[in-house]
Amino acid sequence: MEFKDYYKVLGVERTASEDEVKKAFRKLARKYHPDVNKAAGAATRMQELNEAYDVLRDPQKRAAYDQVGQGRHGGQEFHPPPGWDAGFEFSGGPQGAPDFGAHSDFFEALFGAARGARRAGPGTRSRGQDHHAKVVIPLEDAFHGATRTLTLHSPELDAGGHVALRERQLSVNIPKGIRAGQQIRLVGQGTPGLGGEPAGDLYLEVQFEPHARYRVDGRDLYLALPVAPWEAALGAVVPVRTPDGQLEMNVPAGSQTGRKLRLKGRGIPGGAPGDLYVMLEVVLPPAASEKAKALYRQMAQELAFDPRHDVEVAR
Amino acid sequence: MNSVPVASGVCLGEEAWLELDEFALACGVEVQFVRTLVDEGLVQPPVEAPLWRFGGDELARVLRILRLQRDFEANLQSVAVMLDLLDEIDRLRAELRRAGLSG
Repeated sequence: MEFKDYYKVLGVERTASEDEVKKAFRKLARKYHPDVNKAAGAATRMQELNEAYDVLRDPQKRAAYDQVGQGRHGGQEFHPPPGWDAGFEFSGGPQGAPDFGAHSDFFEALFGAARGARRAGPGTRSRGQDHHAKVVIPLEDAFHGATRTLTLHSPELDAGGHVALRERQLSVNIPKGIRAGQQIRLVGQGTPGLGGEPAGDLYLEVQFEPHARYRVDGRDLYLALPVAPWEAALGAVVPVRTPDGQLEMNVPAGSQTGRKLRLKGRGIPGGAPGDLYVMLEVVLPPAASEKAKALYRQMAQELAFDPRHDVEVAR
Repeated sequence: MNSVPVASGVCLGEEAWLELDEFALACGVEVQFVRTLVDEGLVQPPVEAPLWRFGGDELARVLRILRLQRDFEANLQSVAVMLDLLDEIDRLRAELRRAGLSG
């Protein structure tokens, strides 16, 4: 595994005081918090920040980390020396909701055992923890349903009491009609229980991959559809591709760019299916040939058309 | 080839709901904390009678509250303000999407 330079992650010196560590974390947390920052990498960055802060805010963990970290650089190949943590006592793992893969295997190798030991005392009976993970699926899955194979990482105790990240694969049925933000509950797929108690559950939060053509809002879809000036002016029947297949749509005469046409029930299916909104976009043919230029000139001469008739223009 | 286990899930909030104790477990918090969130108006159970029942939106909301509390060491009142502002931003972003102005 790679050695993680937690000081670098937080952008502080190795000699930084507790107060400086806290300030640096808070400043970066405000910037990268996934609830505030919608950028794709924000969640990963926040996990790194949390992990670094978990270690550097805690004097015991920081001392232990400094000891193994002497003379090492971020990104270097790293294996914890045997018995490295003798003489350190950790007061348990990080707080907050448990997440699959919320910590790097580097962190789990160094500090995971403390958490595991606390959880797995002799004679303990307890239900396994619930886990949370995100699954990013193509929009089309919401139309047809699908089975997706996920790779999950969960910390687990080995025979020697060490914690390692275990990778496992799981196929999950994605129900037709799912919306972004919905949670799929998978009973018994969380941490195994102790002393005969049941395993925890796994909750998957669904997100859609960004789509080149559609914008999604709940169960409604929005689609920009280019039309020719004569189709918009005279009306036309034009083909529209939907995730459910192609259909024909009536463009009413006298349409303009920005006109919104609703195809009822053509959004994401469900008890109350969404609608598909088509936003018209009138596209002008280029005046690239003599013929096209002549046609434009003819329109200019023969149509009494002033697009700025209701705008005051200095003459 | 190893066969991958297949798990069938249920979608929370439409076909399945979580009762208070299951919901607290799923959030990784005590039942009392969920009661406090409901009392303070930060979370609203979509089904209230005869028993409280919660769906996926509420689960995502509590996880968000926990993240905000932990990462900013914020108290519930501050989190409530943050949630209101974040909800407003979500609403405005949805407005922009409907107008075709952003992804």
